[in-house]
Amino acid sequence: MEQIVIVGNGMVGHHLVTQLVEKGAHLEKRITVIGEERFIAYDRVQLSSVFSGKSRNDLMLSSEEWYAKHGIELILGCKVKKIDREEKRLLLDDKGVIEYDHLVLSTGSFPFVPPIEGKDRENIFVYRTLDDLSKIKDACKGAKTGAVIGGGLLGLEAANALKLLGVKTHVVEFAPRLMPVQLDDGAGEVLKDKIESLGLTVHTNTVTEKICDGETAQLRMVLKDKPALEVDVIVFSAGIRPQDSLAKDAGLKTGERGGIVIDDQCRTSDKNIYAIGECALWQEKVFGLVAPGYAMARVAASEIMSHETSGFMGADMSTKLKLLGVDVASIGDAHKTTEGAQEMLLQDAVAGVYKKLVVDETGTKLLGAILVGDNSDYDALLQCYLDETPLPEHAANLLFDTQMLQGNMSDSAMICSCHNVTKGDLVAAIQAGAHDLDTVKSQTKAGTGCGGCSNMVKSVLDEQLNAMGLEVNNHVCEHFALSRQEMFHLCQVEGIKDFTTLLAKHGTGHGCDLCKPTAASIFASLWNEHILEPQHSALQDSNDAFMANLQKDGSYSVVPRVAGGEITPDKLIALGKVAKRFDLYTKITGGQRVDLFGAQVEQLPGIWQSLIEAGFETGHAYGKSLRTVKSCVGSTWCRFGVDDSVGLAIELENRYKGLRAPHKIKFAVSGCTRECAEAQSKDIGVIATENGWNLYVCGNGGMRPRHADLIAADLSKSELVTLIDRVLMFYVRTADRLQRTSVWMENLEGGLEYLKQVVIEDSLQINESLESQMQLLVDTYQCEWAATLKAPEKLARFKPFINSESNSPIYPYERIRGQRIPVKEV
Amino acid sequence: MSVIEKEKVCELSELPPYQGRTVVHDGEQVALFNVPGIGIYALQHWDPIGKAFVISRGIVGDVNGHLCVASPLYKQHFKLDSGECIEYPEVRLKTWKVRVENSVISLD
Repeated sequence: MEQIVIVGNGMVGHHLVTQLVEKGAHLEKRITVIGEERFIAYDRVQLSSVFSGKSRNDLMLSSEEWYAKHGIELILGCKVKKIDREEKRLLLDDKGVIEYDHLVLSTGSFPFVPPIEGKDRENIFVYRTLDDLSKIKDACKGAKTGAVIGGGLLGLEAANALKLLGVKTHVVEFAPRLMPVQLDDGAGEVLKDKIESLGLTVHTNTVTEKICDGETAQLRMVLKDKPALEVDVIVFSAGIRPQDSLAKDAGLKTGERGGIVIDDQCRTSDKNIYAIGECALWQEKVFGLVAPGYAMARVAASEIMSHETSGFMGADMSTKLKLLGVDVASIGDAHKTTEGAQEMLLQDAVAGVYKKLVVDETGTKLLGAILVGDNSDYDALLQCYLDETPLPEHAANLLFDTQMLQGNMSDSAMICSCHNVTKGDLVAAIQAGAHDLDTVKSQTKAGTGCGGCSNMVKSVLDEQLNAMGLEVNNHVCEHFALSRQEMFHLCQVEGIKDFTTLLAKHGTGHGCDLCKPTAASIFASLWNEHILEPQHSALQDSNDAFMANLQKDGSYSVVPRVAGGEITPDKLIALGKVAKRFDLYTKITGGQRVDLFGAQVEQLPGIWQSLIEAGFETGHAYGKSLRTVKSCVGSTWCRFGVDDSVGLAIELENRYKGLRAPHKIKFAVSGCTRECAEAQSKDIGVIATENGWNLYVCGNGGMRPRHADLIAADLSKSELVTLIDRVLMFYVRTADRLQRTSVWMENLEGGLEYLKQVVIEDSLQINESLESQMQLLVDTYQCEWAATLKAPEKLARFKPFINSESNSPIYPYERIRGQRIPVKEV
Repeated sequence: MSVIEKEKVCELSELPPYQGRTVVHDGEQVALFNVPGIGIYALQHWDPIGKAFVISRGIVGDVNGHLCVASPLYKQHFKLDSGECIEYPEVRLKTWKVRVENSVISLD
């Protein structure tokens, strides 16, 4: 088996792994990833957000489980000592040896620390890794002042980190302005004003000569021609250098100022070795942004898999950022270096906005732009720049309003540079049936990288749907111009708990038999109040309203819960006694429980009183909710059983009982692959294996049978429960009214793979909230019948006539095979 | 001159908004619906399509501007004012005139 070894598990290195997995490389080659840091790949771009409420875990781009699941060996906290190109192997610092067929260096870069005297003193740091951040955080405890040396993009990020740690922060920049690479003097000045208004002090044109002991603080920064600064903490952020020492030592070609030389295929001077990301030097250029690194990762993955690729073709270095809360953007030739270029300026000192457009000598082509204080025109200007859209007359009007550029985007316009998605790709997906944002995103991946292009994806979608004359209407009914998913979302974010409020805020008319039960189900899924509370009872379908199943003659049937289909003889006898006392027709259901038919409304409370006394609780057979968890007898008795399917079925049923959903949900658990519980025909099916549990989702029996899909294998019980939590709650949130999981899955653009991305890889970053929502429902479960019997006002409707004490007039019944059935023409 | 006799069937407070209740009136089962701000409606409780006494258990709402109740059995909609079935206009539920006086509901 061929062996792919990737050195470096940063953002780009990880992206390469995902690209390889997407191409199926893990199925035919062995993949080994070696990371120097002790953390799995994380979002370095968002580093300072760790100090503004995000946890480390929020930054993680993947998990060790994900790597393990795909059979990828992940070695973290380990450094590669040497590349032995002769033998095609790596020597690790722990003396390990790893052979490779394809080696990819994605070693990134290291922070450049200028050779200033005293730079190695205590309380002086660089800003690159989570560990750097921890050290800075520790040092800032008790510190009053700090300085960042370097006023570039990363320096301002570091300054933000210090500020968030409560330290009075200085920014010391050698150049005459902040962000000298991206901005001009005017823009730098506006940015400086904005940053200083936030309480930071900016020193431009300032050279640090040495660092020594301070008098009023830990350290003193001696500045050239300026008074010294006394600070407790110093962070160097004076640029980055490619991490190329490993390659250099191995004799690979590197650039004069660093960087591993690569060709368009991302190959180094050794054809078996690739380099991607910030460590690579392509046409004398190092790309210090993540999007070009991702582009290189895609090329390298294709090359390794011998797939066709057009190669790496450079990347646009335009950027849009929010630094210390200030919008900053730079596009193309921001410095007006093109011959004959002209510029147009808007400098609004009152609003703190600076905009510059660089155009060619004819004034018809946009060459570059700088925006500070207001980024809102970035997307439009970037498109105009990339597309070379001819500028309208009086192009200076664009400084105020870019509306006139709308609709000019060509199909080759790059929308998502993280995933290389053009407008044409989006249009193709939309024309092929992806008619909502989630679908377009999941199909094309646009907007699933840094997310910066989401608005643009949305506008392309809107524009295209418009052009197709399409108004996709999945509205719940005439009273709400909302899909069920949208209704759910609104109820959730606006905390709407009753229909009157929902109708007043988002609907018209009185509502109907479509929207009312839908809303009731949503309220139950979100807030789990009793369905017969006065504000909810009129919304319920007859089944829910009487917590029993309406039959053709107007009578009801009753199904108590028999979790996992396991029932003691005593309870079985109790069931029989109740059935006998009320003369109920008795039948075993497909879900391994007992259905009691022929109860009149006024009998229901009495029947339930008896059942509850016998230890039963409601079975929710009447609800669009979890019905049963069917099981085979499992390893407890069965000679072939691998695990305790009954035990797990009971646990699952008790966890999810009462969960209300867009439609009914059925589970099954089989104790071995003989599959006697028919789990693969259920919404959620679990099958025991030698190594745990396999989880199948979105199967169906019934009218349109569908085999469930295997979503994950060999899970522990807690992994299984977590995954079921996520799948079910994602279904509850996003499915249409009365859409079973099978149809939901079939309509999920991207299908099983998309579902996996969401619930396993957390691509939408909602797993935590899916889990906590489910936990809320589990914690607030109540037996609806037990609660109703304790609340006489809820029982009023069970009296057949409000002006008479008579019982329901009994319909003619006959007896057949010893039981009572209604006489009624079929 | 004949005077139409109205007979008390219940109190207004016994009719929760948008939720049906059943009364016995003149030996017939009558479904009553209280649509807040609009009025009280009385229709036959017998569902002539589903063939069962279930109409009062239906959900009340409006369809194309007509107030109606949906049969809980097979979901046909019956207009509250005329009893006409929207899906099958040839089917019509019997209706009663409702009078509300001092919170007392009576039918003719």
